[in-house]
Amino acid sequence: MYLAAENLAARRAGDLIFVNASFRLTRGEALILTGHNGSGKSTLLRVVAGFLLPEKGSVKFSDSQGRTDRRPSEVCHYLGHRNAMKNELTVAENLRFWRSFLDDGSQAPTASIEDAAEAVGLGSITHLPFGYLSAGQQRRFAFAKLLVAHRPIWILDEPTAALDTNADRLFTALIGEHQKNGGIVLAATHQSLGLRNVKELHMKCFAGVETEVWGA
Amino acid sequence: MTALFLRDLKLSVRAGGGALIGILFFLTIVAVVPFGVGPDLNLLSRIGPAIVWISALLAALLGLDRLFQAERDDGSLDLMLMHETPLVITVFVKCLAHWTASGLPLALAAPLLGVFMNMTETAIGVTMLTLLVGSPAITFIGAVGAAVAVALPRGGLLVSILVLPLTIPILIFGVSATYAAVHKPTPFLPPFLMLIALTLFFAVIGPAATALALRNTSD
Amino acid sequence: MSEASLAISRFSDLANPTRFLALAERVIPWVSGITVLCFISGLYLCFSTEGDYQQGETVRIMYIHVPSAWLAMMCYTVMSVSAIGTLVWRHPLADVSSRSAAPLGATFTVVALVTGSLWGKPMWGTWWVWDARLTSMFILLLMYLGLMALNRAMDDPSKAARVTAVLIVVGFVNIPIIKFSVDWWNTLHQSASVVRLDGPAIDTEFLRPLAVMAVAFTLLFFTLHIMAMRNEIWRRRIASQRRMAARMVGREE
Repeated sequence: MYLAAENLAARRAGDLIFVNASFRLTRGEALILTGHNGSGKSTLLRVVAGFLLPEKGSVKFSDSQGRTDRRPSEVCHYLGHRNAMKNELTVAENLRFWRSFLDDGSQAPTASIEDAAEAVGLGSITHLPFGYLSAGQQRRFAFAKLLVAHRPIWILDEPTAALDTNADRLFTALIGEHQKNGGIVLAATHQSLGLRNVKELHMKCFAGVETEVWGA
Repeated sequence: MTALFLRDLKLSVRAGGGALIGILFFLTIVAVVPFGVGPDLNLLSRIGPAIVWISALLAALLGLDRLFQAERDDGSLDLMLMHETPLVITVFVKCLAHWTASGLPLALAAPLLGVFMNMTETAIGVTMLTLLVGSPAITFIGAVGAAVAVALPRGGLLVSILVLPLTIPILIFGVSATYAAVHKPTPFLPPFLMLIALTLFFAVIGPAATALALRNTSD
Repeated sequence: MSEASLAISRFSDLANPTRFLALAERVIPWVSGITVLCFISGLYLCFSTEGDYQQGETVRIMYIHVPSAWLAMMCYTVMSVSAIGTLVWRHPLADVSSRSAAPLGATFTVVALVTGSLWGKPMWGTWWVWDARLTSMFILLLMYLGLMALNRAMDDPSKAARVTAVLIVVGFVNIPIIKFSVDWWNTLHQSASVVRLDGPAIDTEFLRPLAVMAVAFTLLFFTLHIMAMRNEIWRRRIASQRRMAARMVGREE
């Protein structure tokens, strides 16, 4: 199983953000994106997740049987800046929904709601409305969403934003376990996550020298 | 998909009165009309079906921007875009949930408003029937406007402006079916069947165009 | 520009804005010239033919009203074709084309409505009447204005392009439905007078000025459209240079 990107280039709002981004990840490997704000980390993650069509290049996913017909976005979990949880529902209702919506039909083991909540250190409050929680707790439950449904690839955009160091270590442990189970991780982060088996892709600021469609 | 349908229903009931505000708005317009045209009962019963239909249309249009705005704001829309189910189906289910929570109550509230407008029992019954059949069409074609405006900061009013011309045929056939049933000589079935045809047609092109628009507003 | 030749050798060359600008530069004087000539001859023919025996002199308004109505429809067709170009081929100029055609279409629709109203006043005694064709024109105007409002509200051109294109195509698919339903509605509420807006029958004598005016209007549309596209391309260039300047400042720190 591998996830490969070749010479990706992407535009956002007409501006070319980055060019020639390439990587190849197999089971158990993690890719950390580093760089200044605005260097295109989030954009690259969104291209891999399939929200943005790349200007050039392509992203390919091949599963363990060697089939390459699946879109990468179908086999990814995406944790972006926003939590994708509803304030009006309880935590348990939120997780139950995502558990059944994201169910991919494979027999891979997934955590139950309570186990996932325990795993992020907040086992006792799943009956509370999501909107009542603090930002850190909300972020942790957003991460718990990744545990209740199985996807081989995790795409994480600043996962530890709004978290304290305890929770940092918790996330690192969970990500490490995903890698141990043969999963692939892509993460954009300012802080070091302390993971093993890590490749780094440093995003340089791109000055937009290549002419765009409207350039003179 | 059942999970999505049930979740959206739950949210409509709990979240800031989305569905109930629609009904309140519906009530308000119908309540205001007699103040404008005078309490002449004959006049009210003559324009009754039309006023009920117009109010339902406006109430439905105003509720449309709720369809995708919340999903986009909290990031759920991203996850729905990534899913392997074709986006058309996801959008269809969301529209169905939206209609069940907003459009269906409007149709069910119509009899009460029919009484305010001094409509006969037949008129009330047929208005309710045509609203039941026609309001899904408003939701389906309105979803396109909702998707287009989802990226805009104050998209609500713009959605209504964009979608209104597209809903005029629904209004025309809905009201003429109602009037045809009340005034016997004119046939009821042709406009009613046209209304059903419109709902079915919009049930197909609405979600398809909406899915296309949603894919293009993500970035 | 590194390329020496700006010749348009293939249709796909039009995709390059610079080449399009060069082509526009050459074409605009000619097309405007022909448009002016057509209008002069058209207007001459309009005023030299006899007035209608029934409607008198006011029938001459038809020579402006009918072509405007045709152009309003044709403009939407051009926009729909451009919208399909945006969605299917991602042609960069397709969006420019539909964006610049929207105000033109709205103007032609307004001209059609105003001339229709002016024509109607002597005939029916009111400034506005809800006959099927005027009503359909009015709904078309609402669609144009809605699209213009949407264009203004979205500031990211590439995203706005595809989203607006979806709406244009949905509108195009709905136009026959709207036309049919408005006709239905009109026959349902048929008033006593069955006056058609273009007169009882068009005599060949009326046909010639009408045809010339139709051609003149079409050429006017193309001239204005190419000019509007040119303006839009320049506008995007300025926007892109400004964004580039902002990003350059960010880099230097």
